[in-house]
Amino acid sequence: MTGLPASALDIAIDVHGLTKSFGGREVVHDLSMQVKRGTIYGFLGPNGSGKTTTIRMLCGLLTPDSGEGACLGYDIRRDADKIKRRVGYMTQRFSLYQDLSVRENLEFVARLYGVSNARGAVGEMIKRLGLQGRERQLAGELSGGWKQRLALGACTLSNPQLLLLDEPTAGVDPKARRDFWNEIHALAAQGLTVLVSTHYMDEAERCHEIAYIAYGHLLVHGTVDEVIAKSALSTWTVTGHDLHKLSDQLVGKPGVDMVAPFGTSLHVSGRDKTALEATIAPYRDDTGLHWQHGAPSLEDVFIELMTRSKDNFQ
Amino acid sequence: MSATDSSGRERETTELRFGFLRRSVAMVIKEFIQLRRDRVSFAMIVMIPVMQLLLFGYAINTTPRHLPTAVLLQEDSDLGRSILKALQNTAYFDFTTEVHDVAEFDNLLLSGKVLFGVEIPRGFERAVRRGDYPALLVAADATDPVAAGSAMSSLGVIVQTALQHDLFAGDPPALPFEIRAHARYNPAGSSRLNIVPGLVGTILTMTMLIFTALSVTREIERGTMESLLSMPIKPVEIMLGKIAPYVLVGFIQASLIVGIGMLLFGVPVRGSLIMLALLSTLFITTNLSIGYTFSTIVQNQLQAMQLSMMFFLPSILLSGFMFPFMGMPVWAQYVGEILPLTHYLRIVRAIMLKGATLQNLQYDTIALFALMVLAMTIAVTRFRRTLD
Repeated sequence: MTGLPASALDIAIDVHGLTKSFGGREVVHDLSMQVKRGTIYGFLGPNGSGKTTTIRMLCGLLTPDSGEGACLGYDIRRDADKIKRRVGYMTQRFSLYQDLSVRENLEFVARLYGVSNARGAVGEMIKRLGLQGRERQLAGELSGGWKQRLALGACTLSNPQLLLLDEPTAGVDPKARRDFWNEIHALAAQGLTVLVSTHYMDEAERCHEIAYIAYGHLLVHGTVDEVIAKSALSTWTVTGHDLHKLSDQLVGKPGVDMVAPFGTSLHVSGRDKTALEATIAPYRDDTGLHWQHGAPSLEDVFIELMTRSKDNFQ
Repeated sequence: MSATDSSGRERETTELRFGFLRRSVAMVIKEFIQLRRDRVSFAMIVMIPVMQLLLFGYAINTTPRHLPTAVLLQEDSDLGRSILKALQNTAYFDFTTEVHDVAEFDNLLLSGKVLFGVEIPRGFERAVRRGDYPALLVAADATDPVAAGSAMSSLGVIVQTALQHDLFAGDPPALPFEIRAHARYNPAGSSRLNIVPGLVGTILTMTMLIFTALSVTREIERGTMESLLSMPIKPVEIMLGKIAPYVLVGFIQASLIVGIGMLLFGVPVRGSLIMLALLSTLFITTNLSIGYTFSTIVQNQLQAMQLSMMFFLPSILLSGFMFPFMGMPVWAQYVGEILPLTHYLRIVRAIMLKGATLQNLQYDTIALFALMVLAMTIAVTRFRRTLD
C-alpha cells in the first residue's frame, strides 16, 4: 500500500463530478460519491437512472466524459487494469458462458486472475456456493437463483477488495434473495467493500449506507435513517373504509405530494407539513377513518424524490 | 341470443379467411423494418451482385494474353529477334525478363514470376541456314493448364503466321526449325493437379474466416463480453486465445485435403512436406487474423457472416483459383495481391507440383506474413476495451 494517499486505506470509492453522455443524452450528471471500506453501499434509483453507467465507470468499462476519482486508490481513468485485478463485477445480465459448465466457468475466471491452485479454489467455491452435484451442469441450464449464486461466486473467486453488484437480485425468489444478502454481509464482515444497486426497498434497508440516483443525478445519500430524516417528509397513515375514494379526493390537493396505498392502509405525504394538515383536517373528523402521524417509509421518500426530480430534470 | 351467436360466427369466418393474410402481412412489415435498420445487410443486397458482375465481366479472362515470359538469348541474331518479335506480336507473350543462364530461367518459373520461358540456343541462326532443323525451346508453367493452354496449343501456327511477313515473301514452306514446347510440372495438362492444391487454400479461407469472424460478436451478443472486459485480460491475449485453437483445426483440415488429394487424385507433393505444413500454418493464421479483424469491426454475427462473404467472393475469383491470375487486367491483379489466397495458391501449387523451395517463394511468404501482421494490428487497435 505504499505510495497511496492515506485516504485510500479507508475509502474504497472516491469519485467527483462524473459525467457521461450517450448520443447527446446525459446519463450521469456530475456524480460524486465516497464509499468507506468494509461497508455495504446501496445504490438505488429507477430504471435508466444511470446506476449501471456509474458502476461501469467505476470499474473502467466506460470512460467518463468528465470528472475523476479513484477506486481502491487507483485512478479510474489511468489505472483501469489495476482496478480490474482487485474488483469483482457482477453484471446485471448473466454474463458467464452458458455453454460452459459451472466448474469450467469458475476455472476460466480463476485462470484469468491467476488464482493460485485454481482447481482447489474452484472446488472450495463450489462447496461454498452449495453447487456440489451441479458442477458439471451447463451454466445456461441453471435456474435464475443458481445462476446468480454462480455469478457471485465467479466475481468473488479472485478475492477482490471491492464488489460491484449490478441489480444482483433482479428476478430472484425471496429465499434466494435472503441467502444472497446473508452472503454479502458475510463478505463485508471479512472487510470486503460492496456496492450494490437494487430496486428493492427491503434490500436498501440491509445496506450500511445508501445513495439515491435519478435521471443521472445523485439526490441523496447517507444511512437509511439519515435519508429519511433529510427528506423532511410528513406522512400520515390512514386506515378505514373507502380508502380508494379518499385517495382520489386527496390527490392534487395543496400540501399533498403523494398518496400511496400500502395494503389496508394509505400513506399520505407532503413536504409542507402545515398545508398537508390543513388539507386533511376535514377528513380526520370522519369517524370511519383512523389517522396516524408516522415516519415515512424509505419507499415514500424515494418515490417523492423521484417525482420531484422528474419535475426538476425532465 | 341467436343474433349475437350468428354475428360471432360471422366474425370467426372472417377471421379464418383474413387471419392468414393479416398475420403474414404483420410479419412482412416487421421484417422490412428490421431490414431497413440493418445497414450492412442493406449494403450487401447491392454490393454482392454488383461486385460479382463487375469481377466476372471485367476481371476474368479464360484465354489470357500478355503472359509474363522470360527470354534466354544464347545468341544475338536477326532470326532470333524476328522470332521473339513474332511471339510478342501474338499478344500471348509479354517479355518481362531477360535471363542469362538456365538456372535463373528455372528459378523464375519455379517462383511463378513468369509463366513462360523462351530459349534461343547458341548457333541457332547458323543451324537454320544449314538446314539442321534446330529446336527453339519454349517452356511453360503448366500447373494451371488454362493459363498456359491457349498459348501453347497454338504456338506453332502463331509463330509461323507471324514470321511470314518478316522472313518469307509469299507462301512460306514449313518452319525451318522446330518449336519444342515443354509443359512443365503438369505435362498431361490435368486440371485436377491444379484444382486440388487450390482447394486447400479455398476451403481454408472459407472455414477459417468464419470461425473467428463470429468470435467477438458472439461474446457481445451473448453478453459475455461485459464480464470478460471487466476482468484483467488484454486485447492481444483475447485475440491469441481465440485464434490458437483454430490453427489446429485448420491444420487438421489442410492435412485432410492434401491427404485425400494424394491418395484419391494422385496429386504429388514434389517439394518439402514440412515446408508445406509450415506455410499452410502461416496461411491459416493469416485468415484467422482477418476473420478476427472482421469480428472487431462488425456489430453482430449476421454482419460478420456477410463481411466474410464479401471477402470470400473476390478471394475465389481474383486469386487465380478459378481463373488464371496472369490473365486478369492489372488492376485486378493488384486487388489479387492483397488477398492471402493469391499468395497461398502460388505457394501450395509451387510446393506440391513444382517442388519449389522457400527461396523460390520468398515474396509470397513475406506477403502472407505482412497481411497477417497487418490484420492482427488492426484487430488489436480496433478492439474496444470499454463499452463506450
